[in-house]
Amino acid sequence: MQLKGRHLISPNDLTLDEIDAILRLAHDMRQNRRAYADSCRGSILGTLFYEPSTRTKLSFESAMLRLGGQVLGFADANTSAVAKGESIADTIRVLDGYADVVVMRHPKEGAPKLAARYARVPVINGGDGGHQHPTQTLTDLLTIDTYKGRLHGLRVAFCGDLKFGRTVHSLIETLARYPESKFFLVSPEELVLPERLKQHLGRSFSCEMIECRRLEEALPYVDVLYMTRIQRERFFNEADYQRLKNSYILDAGKMREAQSDMIVMHPLPRVNEIAYEVDKDDRAVYFPQAELGVYVRMSLILHLLGVN
Amino acid sequence: MEVTAIKAGIVIDHIAAGKGLLIFNKLNLAALGYPVVLLMNVSSQRMGKKDIIKIENFTAVDTAMLGLIDPNLTVNVIENCGVARKVCVTTPAIVKGLFACKNPRCVANADPDVSPTFHLHDEKTRSYVCEYCEELTRVN
Ligand SMILES: [Zn+2]
Repeated sequence: MQLKGRHLISPNDLTLDEIDAILRLAHDMRQNRRAYADSCRGSILGTLFYEPSTRTKLSFESAMLRLGGQVLGFADANTSAVAKGESIADTIRVLDGYADVVVMRHPKEGAPKLAARYARVPVINGGDGGHQHPTQTLTDLLTIDTYKGRLHGLRVAFCGDLKFGRTVHSLIETLARYPESKFFLVSPEELVLPERLKQHLGRSFSCEMIECRRLEEALPYVDVLYMTRIQRERFFNEADYQRLKNSYILDAGKMREAQSDMIVMHPLPRVNEIAYEVDKDDRAVYFPQAELGVYVRMSLILHLLGVN
Repeated sequence: MEVTAIKAGIVIDHIAAGKGLLIFNKLNLAALGYPVVLLMNVSSQRMGKKDIIKIENFTAVDTAMLGLIDPNLTVNVIENCGVARKVCVTTPAIVKGLFACKNPRCVANADPDVSPTFHLHDEKTRSYVCEYCEELTRVN
């Protein structure tokens, strides 16, 4: 296993052993943060954000700064030095001389993969349109591993917009690679998991999938509840929205139906799908989840730079 | 109706009826500068109706494009008034620059320097996966 010099475009670029190595180091960084404070001294992370995403950018910057490295980059291509109409190949061949590893966020799907083809330094996909966001997936895996102590044999409910939610797609596809995963897919009919992904999961893995219309049907049976935003515009008709909207909102009442050691995750930011009263519940781990995202990015950067 | 046999060149035969014109346009045969005939709705024992294209003195056709449009057609290279060899046409495994990704958010539709590239996903449904965004695009 050699992660040094590699790109990370999709979670599928990583074997389960490689994911395991990244998570193990992240766990250790969380326990002994000070020990890594100089690990990347002298190295620079380039943050190429062609569309704004403050949280992802800050998380990457925090990771590099905690490793003793430095960061440079831009937060929005419209106000940045990136020339209009310049090809990604040209841009990356200039910018890869300025940094030792780069993270790219881009509204166009496949842009980081294209950049990786030309870059002389590792490229990390920081989110490309509705396609992939591998460090979010690693963050989710680290969170599950931290609170459940394993990634196999888990019963996981995904609730909300399962059609357009790339976070959900990546996580399901990755968890499906672990043995004995069981998924409860909770969404309105208009927003079910895309057929192609379902077929792929069914063909390639032995995971079990159960579709539900209401959260209450899944809640008592799961180890992990992964909540996502659901936008009103995504419903075809108002009647369905009115009928179902409360079913996709997690509140203290619903939490009483869940197991005592279930965890609640959310990629954040939330709108109203998790009531604020749930925050006090020990099972709500979405804020720690955001913090774990820094450790997993620290670990990833260290691996890609090949620092021992 | 009769069209004279050609002495040298290429005969694209057994084209599914209706696809001859598409091939004619996609391969830009009008601009080739060689004599070209396009026969449409020719009766065929095997196919009922078929299209045929003959090009005189020219053989360098894009077989990937032909396979993409109709993997069942046959290509005969003609030399000295006879069939010198048959060129096998199949649905190509990798296709570069022949059609656009149907995903409007795909970088291949946005970047000035990218040639859209696809990998065959399913030969039966004739669908391709985009190298960049991984969305499926179906051809015809
Ligand atoms: Zn594409």
